[in-house]
Amino acid sequence: MVHVRTYRLPHYEQYPVHVALFRDVSNAAFLRKQLLEANEDFDYAFLDASMIISLTHLLSASFMAVHRSLTNSLKARTPHSELVFRLHPNNNIGESYRKFGISDTTTALIAVKLSLSQDITAETVAAHLGEAVQGESVQIGDDGHELTNWTDANKVNETYKTPNLLGKNGHASDNTNLEHAQAVILGLMTIKGS
Amino acid sequence: MPPEPTTDNPSTTSTSTSPSEQLLQEQQQEQQQQPQPQTHTHHTLPPPFTHTPTPLIPLTQGAEALVYRTTFLTPSTPAILKYRPPKPYRHPTLDRRLTKARLLAEARVLVRCRREGVAVPAVLGGDWEAGWLCLEFVAGETVRRVLDWWVEREGWRVKGKEGEGEGEEGEGEGEERDEAMLDLMRKIGRAVGKLHTTGVVHGDLTTSNIMLRPSSPSPPTSTSPNASPNVDEEEEDVSAYLAGTIVLIDFGLAAQSLRQTQEEDRAVDLYVLERAFAATHPTAERLFGEVLRAYGESYPGAKASLRRLEGVRLRGRKRSMLG
Repeated sequence: MVHVRTYRLPHYEQYPVHVALFRDVSNAAFLRKQLLEANEDFDYAFLDASMIISLTHLLSASFMAVHRSLTNSLKARTPHSELVFRLHPNNNIGESYRKFGISDTTTALIAVKLSLSQDITAETVAAHLGEAVQGESVQIGDDGHELTNWTDANKVNETYKTPNLLGKNGHASDNTNLEHAQAVILGLMTIKGS
Repeated sequence: MPPEPTTDNPSTTSTSTSPSEQLLQEQQQEQQQQPQPQTHTHHTLPPPFTHTPTPLIPLTQGAEALVYRTTFLTPSTPAILKYRPPKPYRHPTLDRRLTKARLLAEARVLVRCRREGVAVPAVLGGDWEAGWLCLEFVAGETVRRVLDWWVEREGWRVKGKEGEGEGEEGEGEGEERDEAMLDLMRKIGRAVGKLHTTGVVHGDLTTSNIMLRPSSPSPPTSTSPNASPNVDEEEEDVSAYLAGTIVLIDFGLAAQSLRQTQEEDRAVDLYVLERAFAATHPTAERLFGEVLRAYGESYPGAKASLRRLEGVRLRGRKRSMLG
């Protein structure tokens, strides 16, 4: 059974964000191929969990993807690719996918589905991901801290060009450090490319 | 940095706005106890804020921006929404360009400050074309209100002393209280110094744009001599209250200062702050000396900016004489 956690963004409550987390994923190459082929059944934001530092970090990109989709100001082709694009500090979509998207070697995977139409529910997302993803579904708690179990601090710092921002040890255990890093990174995402 | 006051919020997820509503109801109650801001002209906010189920509470309205309190990204994240409505008297294209440029300038400066470790609100999101910016909510009060509170408190303290005739003991307590306040002044000086070290000038550095974010969530409310039977306990409250972090807000007029004009720009920041202190109360003006002293020690170029301040003061006087 696949665990799907549904988040409701303030101001966009009517467009819930469904999030599923997988570990030990063995078919990342297959999933990535579906994205490259633009298989309509695989309309998700598939993210490498190593690049997500907090739930708020993920929701920030989700908010902007929903917002730009609904205000007809997408820079990327689809709302889900916009989500991947919004995570990156620069204006390069391909680079965004390389850094934040699923790669052939990804084992810890975050799948996000924006519920921009009524027929997408946590159940339909869970059912489809259960068939599509070969890996162990990890339940996500209320604060979403499970999403950050695979954070690679060095990779994050390198991508945002913020040396030593996120704590070492590959994972920010220190809350003060994480809060600070999140504040800077959300800011960089907001002022990106402009 | 002290932790942000946390709200009990067992379910960040799933349905309903209940946690955020709860949070904002509390905020509204807080609001009602304070003097309500002047009436607001009605503006249509851009989507998604037009018909949002999430509460938006108007806080202030400046010349350029409307400021609301709301939640953003999660129902337990309080935030400030700053919206610059279109100006009908400007050409639409020019209006959009100016709005975008100013919002972006503010966001850039805030991100830069945050990276350099200056305590300012984090940028949470924004849409330049639509004219809005979402910022981290800073808990606490403005230094302006802290100064008012202090001045009022000084007033009853003096009266109380006269009435009871407590000579030396009273003076000793006063010194302790002063020390907590002087320490706050030094923190303000260092905060401004740190801002200037990054090459940023604030542009509107009044006491209303400096927040004291408390380490202990609730400020001491007793300003009456009879309210607190235990003086020691109250002393502790006061020290804890004043022991918060200084956070600079409202960077709407801030700028990356050019090297040639840096000294002058910094001195003007200090001058504006000095005038704001002077406008509060003569006692507060006396406290400002401590702000400058701490500022002067906070970074290598600070002394030069202080010297420049002398010039700005003279020029200020001269101008007012001529005007």
